[in-house]
Amino acid sequence: MLREDDAPDHGHPHPDPHPHPHGCRRPSGAGETVTVEQKVLAKNDLLAERNRTWMTGRGIVAVNMMSSPGAGKTTLLERAVTDLGGRRPVAVVEGDQETRLDADRIRGTGCAVVQVNTGAGCHLDAEMMREALTALSPAEGSLLMVENVGNLVCPALFDLGERSKVVIISVTEGTDKPLKYPYMFAVADLVLINKSDLLPYVDFDVEQCAQHARSVNPDVRVLTVSATTGEGLAHWYDWLTEQQ
Amino acid sequence: MHELAITQSVVDAVCERAGGRPVRSVRVRVGVLTAVVPDSMRFCFGLVTEGTAAEGAQLEIDQPPGAGRCRTCAVEFTLTDLILLCSCGSADVEITSGQELQIVSMEVG
Repeated sequence: MLREDDAPDHGHPHPDPHPHPHGCRRPSGAGETVTVEQKVLAKNDLLAERNRTWMTGRGIVAVNMMSSPGAGKTTLLERAVTDLGGRRPVAVVEGDQETRLDADRIRGTGCAVVQVNTGAGCHLDAEMMREALTALSPAEGSLLMVENVGNLVCPALFDLGERSKVVIISVTEGTDKPLKYPYMFAVADLVLINKSDLLPYVDFDVEQCAQHARSVNPDVRVLTVSATTGEGLAHWYDWLTEQQ
Repeated sequence: MHELAITQSVVDAVCERAGGRPVRSVRVRVGVLTAVVPDSMRFCFGLVTEGTAAEGAQLEIDQPPGAGRCRTCAVEFTLTDLILLCSCGSADVEITSGQELQIVSMEVG
């Protein structure tokens, strides 16, 4: 590592008096400043756009589902692929740090699925999505449901090429979650409040939570559902149909 | 810890752009309304640059403040978080600054 006192000669003998502060890292004129001015995530965004173009050309609609661990993403998916599978081709990308457990659950419904393990990574990115699309090769006109890694922070930043982003929160998590994780709720097209069957047993205010979500994302749609009882799922399926 | 992936993207981009020349410093712009923590980014930068053309480079982070404009009353104001609420009561607020996540420049050679 180049330390300040290791910096190369300034090009003029010391101890000349000179106005620049000593310890300047670079000798004047020795380095070249290159203007870059590009988005940090330009490469990911480019790959995501390619994924989007590829899917759009095949009539494939991808929905990126994000939540904290345990909000019910996989159970919602199991219901959805079972309920919607007769209407149109449905395929699933399962993102987890480790294991194939979620893919095995989805496969149990007879749905096409590919598992992406991110290892130490905390989110899916556009390159992983591209590999998943290659492995899965979804049929034309498919609904492609992408279950992101359970995490309410990191996945918000990474475009996969999806049509829409869905954020799921369960009623056991706390009404104020949209305020605590505003970046995630700010990018959502739809918020699903899941586990509504547990509302009688927990201190959760559905309307207040929806207001919190709208305070960081005024146009966001909010639906209350229960993957266990099926309450509200028809509205969620209607919304999915609208995405085509 | 998405800062690791974010920082990896920065280092990949500048090393590619440097074309084999050593990278001495990198300047990035990280708005205060992004979900990126500058200190985490600095920590990751030291790890990610190891063994690359940017090893030992200095990371300089500019942090543009958050700002918004109310679409209802047209007033412009500072945003310290993503809760979009104008003092006029409107929540129809456009974010005009603070969401930047860009590589500005680098020094090579």
